[in-house]
Amino acid sequence: MTTARMVPFPRRPTAVSAPIASDAKIHVAIKEATRIFTARDTGRPFHALGPVTFELREGEFFSVVGPSGCGKSTLLDLVAGLCPPSSGTIHFEGNPVIGEVPDGVAVVFQEDACFPWLNVFDNAAFGVRRSGLPENEIKERVDHALHFMGLASFAGVYPSQLSGGMRQRVCIARAMVLRPRLMLLDEPFGALDQQTRLLMGEETLKLWRDTGSTIMLITHSIDEAVLLSDRIGVMSSCPGTFIDIVETGWSHERDSQTAMDPRYGALQAKIWGMLREESIKALRVKS
Amino acid sequence: MTSQTKLQSKMQAAASAPRWGDAVLLIVAILGLWALASWFFGVTNLPDPIRTFRQIWIEISDPEFGDHLAETSKAFGTALCISLIGGTFIGVLLGSRRLAGDVFEPLLIALYSIPKISLYPIVLLMFGLGISAKIAFGAIHGIIPMVIFTMTAVRNIRPVYMRSIRTHRLTAWQGAAYILIPAAVPEIVAGLRIGFSLTLLGTLLGEMFASQRGIGHLLMRAIDRNESPTIMALAVMLFLFATSVSLGLLQWDRYLRRSA
Amino acid sequence: MTAIVIAHPVPTRRSGMKQAWLTYRVILLRTAVIALSVLMLELASRMGWIDSVSFIPPSKMVLSAWDILIAGTYKTDIFLTLSAAGLAVILAVVFGFLFGVLLFKLPRVRRVLDPLLLSYYAVPVFVLYPLLIVLLGLNRWPLVALGFLFAVVAMAVNTLNGLERVPNVLLRTARMLHMGRVREVWLITLPASLPFVFTGIKLSIVYSFIAVIGGEFVLSGAGFGYQIAYAYNNFDNPTMYGLMMLLLVFVGTLNLLLHTAEQRLYQRRVLKEIA
Repeated sequence: MTTARMVPFPRRPTAVSAPIASDAKIHVAIKEATRIFTARDTGRPFHALGPVTFELREGEFFSVVGPSGCGKSTLLDLVAGLCPPSSGTIHFEGNPVIGEVPDGVAVVFQEDACFPWLNVFDNAAFGVRRSGLPENEIKERVDHALHFMGLASFAGVYPSQLSGGMRQRVCIARAMVLRPRLMLLDEPFGALDQQTRLLMGEETLKLWRDTGSTIMLITHSIDEAVLLSDRIGVMSSCPGTFIDIVETGWSHERDSQTAMDPRYGALQAKIWGMLREESIKALRVKS
Repeated sequence: MTSQTKLQSKMQAAASAPRWGDAVLLIVAILGLWALASWFFGVTNLPDPIRTFRQIWIEISDPEFGDHLAETSKAFGTALCISLIGGTFIGVLLGSRRLAGDVFEPLLIALYSIPKISLYPIVLLMFGLGISAKIAFGAIHGIIPMVIFTMTAVRNIRPVYMRSIRTHRLTAWQGAAYILIPAAVPEIVAGLRIGFSLTLLGTLLGEMFASQRGIGHLLMRAIDRNESPTIMALAVMLFLFATSVSLGLLQWDRYLRRSA
Repeated sequence: MTAIVIAHPVPTRRSGMKQAWLTYRVILLRTAVIALSVLMLELASRMGWIDSVSFIPPSKMVLSAWDILIAGTYKTDIFLTLSAAGLAVILAVVFGFLFGVLLFKLPRVRRVLDPLLLSYYAVPVFVLYPLLIVLLGLNRWPLVALGFLFAVVAMAVNTLNGLERVPNVLLRTARMLHMGRVREVWLITLPASLPFVFTGIKLSIVYSFIAVIGGEFVLSGAGFGYQIAYAYNNFDNPTMYGLMMLLLVFVGTLNLLLHTAEQRLYQRRVLKEIA
């Protein structure tokens, strides 16, 4: 984190160096959720996801890994309320989620969602602009978020002048400004090179600690998932279901040095062992 | 990573066999509207479909029609060749030299937007009344879009193709034949559609002013004599011709893009 | 994270002239091309290589144009043409926009009309002009109608294009931010499609003009196009060329302004992939 003049987020009390206790409050509960699409041209049903059953604990960092096309993004859509499940239920903070994004949830999408006609500041402020907050508080929040993401000096710049990585950081800043209790990240670093991804991973961890929100990260990168998460959901090929949910047991204060831990390699190998067959299946199916 | 737009998702959904039902629906709707308009404006002013098709038959059966058609075809064909060949050639030239392309592009766009009809007197003064004036009209209408489209096509050839030519050690001619031209063809065909229709328009307008023969002349004669059925008949024939060729080129364009 | 500082590359030393040439060479060359062509035409007609009765030297054209402008004899005609074209533009933009939105909302209709929309500019709409005169009378309305017919489809297609090219991810963001339908359209859909809508407006202006002047040329009793035809028929070449020159300058300037505005709009509002 950089200079002064930052307004800290209101923190949710969590134990500082212990991993999330397994009896922590349930934040999101998904029971037997499936998603079946109807192909537009042929009219045939396409079973994209499920049945999926799992729970997100409050304040945890949860990753979902799986082969491409297994329905990871669909899962995120279901949790976010962007599309309703074909069967099963999803509950966020005890309330059912159907077809509408609940208050307190923010999503960072795979593609860059910057509005090209607004500068960086206005892009980040967009979410709270019409929510009745006074202008000075909006400014404080946005300044803090931009500082945090290293974009403070680019506040007046337009997205067309930024690189892809920076635009994605603007989108994360926009999500931060909303002060969500649940943040959903759909392969946000997919378009970035490896080194930037590692740095962004560290930033995401800092973000998670700073805000105390629950984070669900969708990724195809096993190392990223193992490095960053408290728990990892391993998904099968399409239609995606959870093969296993792996606990990493990392401390709350982890950083990229975690890669040195001997368990890191073992976890990676274990997950790849589960995913290898699924990935081969996914490769064969893709035309 | 390219972002998905609604357009792409819609196109993915609709990328299936041609919908003949839609085409029939469209034709029926057009005929219906036409009949309605004809009833509204009066049959003498706007002939209805049946009268028009009858008139088309009368026109075609006229012994002189063949000569007029031949005249128009000759002029149109020549103008089209000039537009296509000249346009493609100049377009390739301008497209392959970055500086030349940059310099000429706004000039070409400006020429494209001038109402070329106002340049007709110059053409008439230079070529006199006759088939060369008609060909000139058609050519000046059609050559500019061909140049613009070909130039854009050549300039937008992805650099990786140029590198492929070098890694495969192809000569310039081989490179052009096996890689560059196939890569640029879809764009050129798109230009072809516009070039074709504009050349047709130019040739017709030329015939209306500068000729004693040809379909355009027939049209002008019908206008002078206020013969609505003939005007409609000729107009419909032209529309059908232009639309069918345009749709044919469109299918070719789609076919090329699918395999591209 | 330390903020990333954009490092400016150290400029390589170049002599002033060479640097100026590289920066401005495109514009300079373009001006040179235009100047050269004008010069060639001037020489050709003065030297008699081209028949100087049919094609008067460009300098005389400019003088004639200037005289016409000063004398103001054609003020009414200019006004008539501009008003007809202007009205056609307004009608085409409004109805074209609505039509485009309609097509966007009704994909079935759009699919049915698709071949028609794509082939619309293949058919010589001009041939309907005499019919329009029969239907609407021998006044300015057929010209307005012609301009409208020429321009409306371009506007509709571009509006449709713009609406379709709004990236899906922006609409999902709108849902994530709990924006209602109205807010979504006002704050996201419209700004995102603005560059394409502007292209539609630009094309409407260009096409209306072409149609109105063309129509006046072919068959009319007044207006700028008519005056050009009248001068031609009366073998009054200086006037004819003067009028043509005025037309050229006007159309050229109009296009330049529209083009610059369009570039400015696209520059900031449409992302090009950088990373």
